[in-house]
Amino acid sequence: MIRAPWRLVPRTLPSPRMRVLAPMMAVALTVIFGCIVFASLGLSPLAAMKVFLIEPISTINGVSELLLKASPMCLIALGLAVGYRANVWNIGGEGQMYVGGIFASGLAIYFHERGGVWLLPAMVVAGAIGGALWASIPAVLKTRCHANEILVSLMLTYVADLLVKYLVYGPWQDPAANNFPLTVAFSDNAQFPMFAAFAGDWLEGTRVNVSLIITLVALPVAWLFMQRTFAGYQLTVAGLAPSAARYAGFSGPAAIWMALLIGGAAAGVAGVMEVAGPLGQLNDRWTPGYGFTAIIVATLGRLHPFGIALASLLMALVYLGGEAVQISLQLPKAISLVFQGLLLMLLLGCDVLVNYRLERRRPAATAAVEIK
Amino acid sequence: MSETPTLLSLSGIIKRYPGVVACDGVSLEVKAGEIHAVLGENGAGKSTLMKVIYGVTQPDAGTLTWKGEQLTIPNPKAARALGVGMVFQHFSLFDSITVVENVAVALPGRVDLKELSKRISEVSERYGLDVNPWRPVHDLSMGERQRVEITRCLLQSPKLLIMDEPTSVLTPQAVDQLFETLRQLRDEGTAILYISHKLDEILKLCDRATILRDGKVVTETLPREETEATLAQKMIGRKFPECRRRDDHTEGAIVFEVAGLSLEADTPFGTSLKNISMRVHAGEILGIAGISGNGQSELLDALAGERTINDKNAIQLNGIAVGQLNPLQRRVLGLTYVPEDRLGSGAVASMSLTHNALLTAHRRGMVRTGLVNFRAARDYAGRCIREFQVKAPGTEALARNLSGGNLQKFILGREIAQEPKVLILAQPTWGVDIAAAAAIRQAVIDLAARGVAVLVISEELSEIFEICDRIAVMAGGRLASPRPVSETNAAEIGLLMSGMFEGAAGQATPAAVSAVPA
Repeated sequence: MIRAPWRLVPRTLPSPRMRVLAPMMAVALTVIFGCIVFASLGLSPLAAMKVFLIEPISTINGVSELLLKASPMCLIALGLAVGYRANVWNIGGEGQMYVGGIFASGLAIYFHERGGVWLLPAMVVAGAIGGALWASIPAVLKTRCHANEILVSLMLTYVADLLVKYLVYGPWQDPAANNFPLTVAFSDNAQFPMFAAFAGDWLEGTRVNVSLIITLVALPVAWLFMQRTFAGYQLTVAGLAPSAARYAGFSGPAAIWMALLIGGAAAGVAGVMEVAGPLGQLNDRWTPGYGFTAIIVATLGRLHPFGIALASLLMALVYLGGEAVQISLQLPKAISLVFQGLLLMLLLGCDVLVNYRLERRRPAATAAVEIK
Repeated sequence: MSETPTLLSLSGIIKRYPGVVACDGVSLEVKAGEIHAVLGENGAGKSTLMKVIYGVTQPDAGTLTWKGEQLTIPNPKAARALGVGMVFQHFSLFDSITVVENVAVALPGRVDLKELSKRISEVSERYGLDVNPWRPVHDLSMGERQRVEITRCLLQSPKLLIMDEPTSVLTPQAVDQLFETLRQLRDEGTAILYISHKLDEILKLCDRATILRDGKVVTETLPREETEATLAQKMIGRKFPECRRRDDHTEGAIVFEVAGLSLEADTPFGTSLKNISMRVHAGEILGIAGISGNGQSELLDALAGERTINDKNAIQLNGIAVGQLNPLQRRVLGLTYVPEDRLGSGAVASMSLTHNALLTAHRRGMVRTGLVNFRAARDYAGRCIREFQVKAPGTEALARNLSGGNLQKFILGREIAQEPKVLILAQPTWGVDIAAAAAIRQAVIDLAARGVAVLVISEELSEIFEICDRIAVMAGGRLASPRPVSETNAAEIGLLMSGMFEGAAGQATPAAVSAVPA
């Protein structure tokens, strides 16, 4: 048997300060590893980093794009974090986002050119219902059949993806779209108005829209729910000590339902933000994976609303940076996936060292019996 | 005995864990052919010391001398090679395979099971252990499992046998049998290190005793020159606290009634409950004695509501059928419960005492329109801390930072302050220091004096006799009918604990009878 000279020993009391510092260390390490990646591609690491991390947000337009990307990720991550705190691992935010987008699009298409001001709020509600409905499938299967929610919610993402494809290639395809997989462009009252439309010249040309307000409201609401409501407390107990929740008489199935429905609704609304925002229609490849990235956002943000807000901005920057290096340095856009992966793995690594310490194996332990 | 050579000697053993010094310069000498007690409260450092001897952990400082030679014991394998055997408090046997297979898995290389089983029979017969090598372990009682563990050690003919709290799972009769075996081993020259916090056993069995307190050796003494009171004083550093018993109470109304409760076990090696009936009166403490694993956890699940039962009338609280209510609904009706697993079920380890007050006492003005009133929770936690003398830095202390005794006092306080009509306690003083245990017992007695019906499920027979008015015994998923404490004794209860009572066959359903091991 091969034995490493080091082993991991659990720490009795992981330092709470290090738990907060770990994400920051992971970010710093990601920058260092990123520099190595750039250098190995024959680029000046510092110049490339500047293109990747600083240039994208050096203009008002860049900041607008940052918020436009961060907002849905933040919203999904807030919903997922509620579940993760209760040990309910909803990995299917992406699929729930699709279904939210589908529900909202259905309304927008049905009431095309004839809806009133009520249409957009109705689409938001429909999106929340759609996402929650999609998330209720893993909830039913988990509470009735003990099916693992990680697998079910993940696999349902691919079902939702096919559902989107069916709709945009089939019944919802815009007849005027020359067979492209697109729906009609939504009419104005089915789209979030941009801030630029009423905020004056300095926002000229920016795309960030009023859906940002939803996320800004969701942040304190999520904090309030997690920290101050009894329902949030019950979910936390269910996550930290399931047998204490059982002892107290908190319903296990209720916790699973609540966790999944909240996560699904949040993801569904994020889907509405996209289809009724920058896209203005439904197509077959409209998401850059916000639902999956939100898992990293929630983890990086330590399942805390404030941390999640910061983490969503960071991940949005990684997306923008990926586009920037593609344009300026002719690197593949997949570089942002490399950075996402680096960040997640380094965070997990840092977390291991927060909870465990490295200890050198005693040479005696590797030797056989030692008797004089 | 003084001229026999020293087999093992420890000197200045120090072992630190983050935040505590478990052993602080412990020295100890064990001679061949003696039963040497290591006595101390929970947390005094007994177990750490034994782990050092058995090579499970390495000391930070100090020396270990075996037969006059200084050496290190890097792992249990090395300890066994030297001739040190250890029987742990919690057995390390696989339930689903036979005794001989269990012994074989611990041996290196390929093992001839037939040959091995013959040796097991020989050794166990010689020491009166009565072990059948071909029986599957899940069929065995706790006492039988311990005999398997001892036999497994004896196969290696150890020079030193370490017994860690061996009697906690045994009936009084099985304890006597164990002592016979240990004496026989001693007389053949084996040294035995006997770890316990039970004073009567040490007086009865041991030749010498080393007393530990807070990681240090307080004294070494000869038990035959001591009494329980003097030993206890040395162990805890002050006088042994005693509970104030009240006079015979007048029997109140029936508050809590269980009638014909049967429940299938929900795990493969659990115990099914068979036709359990009992009545608890207001102002009475009913004790349920019995060795763990005889259906206690299943009974607690059913009584507290963590598992609901089909026949809702089988459990009645003040005349209301509660068999299908969840724990929260039962608490509303006045049933509170202190679980055995205090850090995990009774409290959330990483939460503050304020948050833990919320766990079961949230109905007492701590939640308004879905929002938590943390001030009310803090006040409540503060009241529990004050009224039950919980040693804690404050209401924001984390549950896991409290000692077992203090956390138990907090949980008990939290449940009592809800002014229950019925209180159920599971192993209320398990792993709790003596002073806290006395405080807990006193609180329970006082609670009953105020007219609350109390049900105590405990393995500690002495505790049951100390506080209960009536005693019932649980064995094999059945409950013997309770008898007044003044009309019974340890021997009778011990017999009942091994499953010998009238209800065991007579009143049971035919299906249940066939499930009883012959």
